[in-house]
Amino acid sequence: MTSFDPVSAALGGLLIGAGALLLMLFSGRIAGISGIFADALEPHQTGRGWRIAFIVGLIAAPLVVAVTGRAVPAPDMPAWAVVIAGGLLVGFGTRLGSGCTSGHGVCGIARLSPRSLAATATFMVTAAVVVAVSRHVLGGQ
Amino acid sequence: MAMIIAALGSGLVFGIGLVISGMTQPSKVLGFLDVFGHWDPTLAIVMAGALVVVAPGFALLRGRDTSILGVTLDWPSRRTIDRSLIGGAVLFGIGWGLVGLCPGPALANLAGLSPKVFGFVVAMAIGARAQDALRRIRGSQPQSA
Repeated sequence: MTSFDPVSAALGGLLIGAGALLLMLFSGRIAGISGIFADALEPHQTGRGWRIAFIVGLIAAPLVVAVTGRAVPAPDMPAWAVVIAGGLLVGFGTRLGSGCTSGHGVCGIARLSPRSLAATATFMVTAAVVVAVSRHVLGGQ
Repeated sequence: MAMIIAALGSGLVFGIGLVISGMTQPSKVLGFLDVFGHWDPTLAIVMAGALVVVAPGFALLRGRDTSILGVTLDWPSRRTIDRSLIGGAVLFGIGWGLVGLCPGPALANLAGLSPKVFGFVVAMAIGARAQDALRRIRGSQPQSA
């Protein structure tokens, strides 16, 4: 478990916001990663190029951070079965619900969209219940 | 070409924010979601930091018709809170709570070459494609946030 670092959290948050604002300012698009990702997978989607470029930027980010000498820790992942089940649910759920933490949680709440406020409250509470059950009821840790 | 470079730069800044904030580390995200354990407020600070930039920024852009590159600003227009929105958010929340990764951090972790991160992203792609195929079968319109 990494230690709590509010300065890095705030700085990182400002940069996430700056990235989302830049995408609207230059490309006229909402930075909803689940939508950008799914539409980038669609072979005949128009505007596939900018979506792939945005994803390449995301993928390159830790390399840029590492170059500045900052440590980039390897992600701690659960067992394979949980990884695959979680990935399927995140992919399916974000498409059905039209967004994820970025599209609803940041861009949607910034616009005070009732849909995004409802979606964000729903996925936050659901995820907290899943963590409470897996950690404290089933006693995973 | 300008669209490509702008999107690349936006993704890069967004991704650097994810990495610096600690949101690419599943244990940080799960620490926030674990309200009955040693609660970690990091995610709330990250979201607040992002909103401090995006909320006034979007409010200012609302007065414009087009982006700097001349593209029409594509604001989401749907208003109804329906079963798809809530059902999708529940399924996403279950997956997020199980692993501690949402789409942005999953993609920003790919360069670490972890087989499990690749597995998560492939599963995410399959899940998204399955939902898109299901929607096409049912003949409903594509949605936006």
